[in-house]
Amino acid sequence: MKRFIGFIKKEFYHIIRDKRSLFILLGMPIVQIILFGFAITNEINNVDIAILDHSKDVTTQEIINKIASSKYFSIKEYIANETEIERSFKKGKIKAVLIFEKDFSKKLTKENNASIQIITDASDPNTANTISNYINSILRNYQQQINKNIHLAYQINPNTKMIFNPELKSVFMFVPGVMTIILMLVSAMMTSISISREKEFGTMEVLLVSPLKPFQVIIGKVVPYILLSIFNATVIVLLSILVFEMPIEGSLLFLVAENILFIITSLSLGILISTVSENQQKAMMISLVTLMLPTIILSGFIFPISSMPWILQAITNIIPAKWFVIILKGIMLKGVGISYLWKETLILIGMTLFFIMLSIKKYKIRLE
Amino acid sequence: MESQNVIQVQSLTKKFGDFTAVDAISFEVKKGEIFGFLGANGAGKTTAMKMLIGISMPTSGEAIVAGFDVYKNRDNIKRNIGYMSQKFALYDDLTVKENITFFGGIYGLKKNQIKEKTTQLINDLALQEVANKLVGSLPLGWKQKIAFSVALLHNPKIVFLDEPTGGVDPITRRQFWEMIYQTANTGTTIFVTTHYMDEAEYCNRVSIMVNGKIEALDTPKKLKEKYNATNMNDVFLKLARSPSLTLPKGNGTHTEN
Repeated sequence: MKRFIGFIKKEFYHIIRDKRSLFILLGMPIVQIILFGFAITNEINNVDIAILDHSKDVTTQEIINKIASSKYFSIKEYIANETEIERSFKKGKIKAVLIFEKDFSKKLTKENNASIQIITDASDPNTANTISNYINSILRNYQQQINKNIHLAYQINPNTKMIFNPELKSVFMFVPGVMTIILMLVSAMMTSISISREKEFGTMEVLLVSPLKPFQVIIGKVVPYILLSIFNATVIVLLSILVFEMPIEGSLLFLVAENILFIITSLSLGILISTVSENQQKAMMISLVTLMLPTIILSGFIFPISSMPWILQAITNIIPAKWFVIILKGIMLKGVGISYLWKETLILIGMTLFFIMLSIKKYKIRLE
Repeated sequence: MESQNVIQVQSLTKKFGDFTAVDAISFEVKKGEIFGFLGANGAGKTTAMKMLIGISMPTSGEAIVAGFDVYKNRDNIKRNIGYMSQKFALYDDLTVKENITFFGGIYGLKKNQIKEKTTQLINDLALQEVANKLVGSLPLGWKQKIAFSVALLHNPKIVFLDEPTGGVDPITRRQFWEMIYQTANTGTTIFVTTHYMDEAEYCNRVSIMVNGKIEALDTPKKLKEKYNATNMNDVFLKLARSPSLTLPKGNGTHTEN
């Protein structure tokens, strides 16, 4: 046990003294989650808009209030005439301008018809589109409100309900993905690099000549990374709860258990990779190509699997990350338990056992 | 006589598929001896050494190292030997002290033993100034001496040195051999591979491996007489060039005692 603690201490010296790996290990999860949470997002939030109100009557004021009270928009300025529109856009902050025609209220009540013009900054086409959709739906909503008492002859009321992520927050979709990537990165890639480093510098040989048994050496190498992975998973969950107000619907204990399972899966992959790579460079390349890329592209976290060609869909089945993302989404967003996720869990356990057996075999061949 | 032998090897063989890397070698090494294990690259000396230090299983033959069998008792062998690889493998990102603590720890030394050893080692090698510096910042010659001392931390009966002087300047090599002599004087057996033929002259006895077989084994002096050579380099060249012609095999594979 004492030897073991010495081993882990040494492993932590390695991690702490290598600034690059320290950043990957501790900074990466935070950077990634913040990046996906704030920067890479399809939603709009507090977009600055300007108003050009030619009528300034009760109705326009009601509409403006309705828009201002939504959290999507904040009204930055009121402009007086058309010439100011362009100046307003050019200053950069304003993403949309709303123009009410003259005598808005009067026209609406007398002629049953009044116009609003929405001008959006399409230098960012996606955002422009989303903005105009949001404003349109606010206007529709207002219209329904004032038509409440009038009964139309034929009316279809589409009643859309989004479940599991009702606010369509993209960060909720990204959290399971980021978690998967980080665990892969720390458990698989960093472990394979750190083991192959011992080989590269010849210290592995010295360790194998020592009274330590080979499996003790490997356990000593991976335990620090298990601890770091658990720490990282905790940080990600905490960040998503505290910063992004993500609800964890399912059991926290089950979430922890599944996380540990996936950490072990990744570690076994990392050990497997280290058995075939004699230096750090090779370990890193193999990890990036065989683990990171498939995890990002084929796990269904960025690109939906159902819209892939069938051959790629088939390949996704052998990517452990795919099953873990399904599990995470199940627990975090749908709040389901083992009775729904037993199949995915079994697949992960099976894969893990397979990788462990394969690495033991490879490791033995190397020793003999 | 038998009890004096700390290494006893009989027809030790290692095959990789069809290729015989080590072909039925036999020799003994006595306690306190400096035993030179020579051979060209690919002659099989590293493979032979790996079997003796317990990280490679022999295909056939017998070997007793420090009193233990290489088939059944590899754990005991590992506890009783020290090993220094040609890379002077210490951890570059650990300080001198941390390296000593770590390696002392994996050999099961107690805390106060490690402390004692650390102080002794730092004084012996005059490392006071750099004891808390990262090993990576030290010159190669220093790393070599530290690596050797670390291999001796647990007072092993035999130290295996795999090309311990590679890439080091002649003066440092000289100093290093003085360390080897001092260690041998305390009764520790030194088993050293090298390809510097001048170093072979420092050994008590030398074996020369060619194509997986030991073609010659004797004191440097007797080998030079036998092959009518002025130095070990000539002996080596004569053997390596025409291994099968130089002498009858029976003579080469066994020592005279």
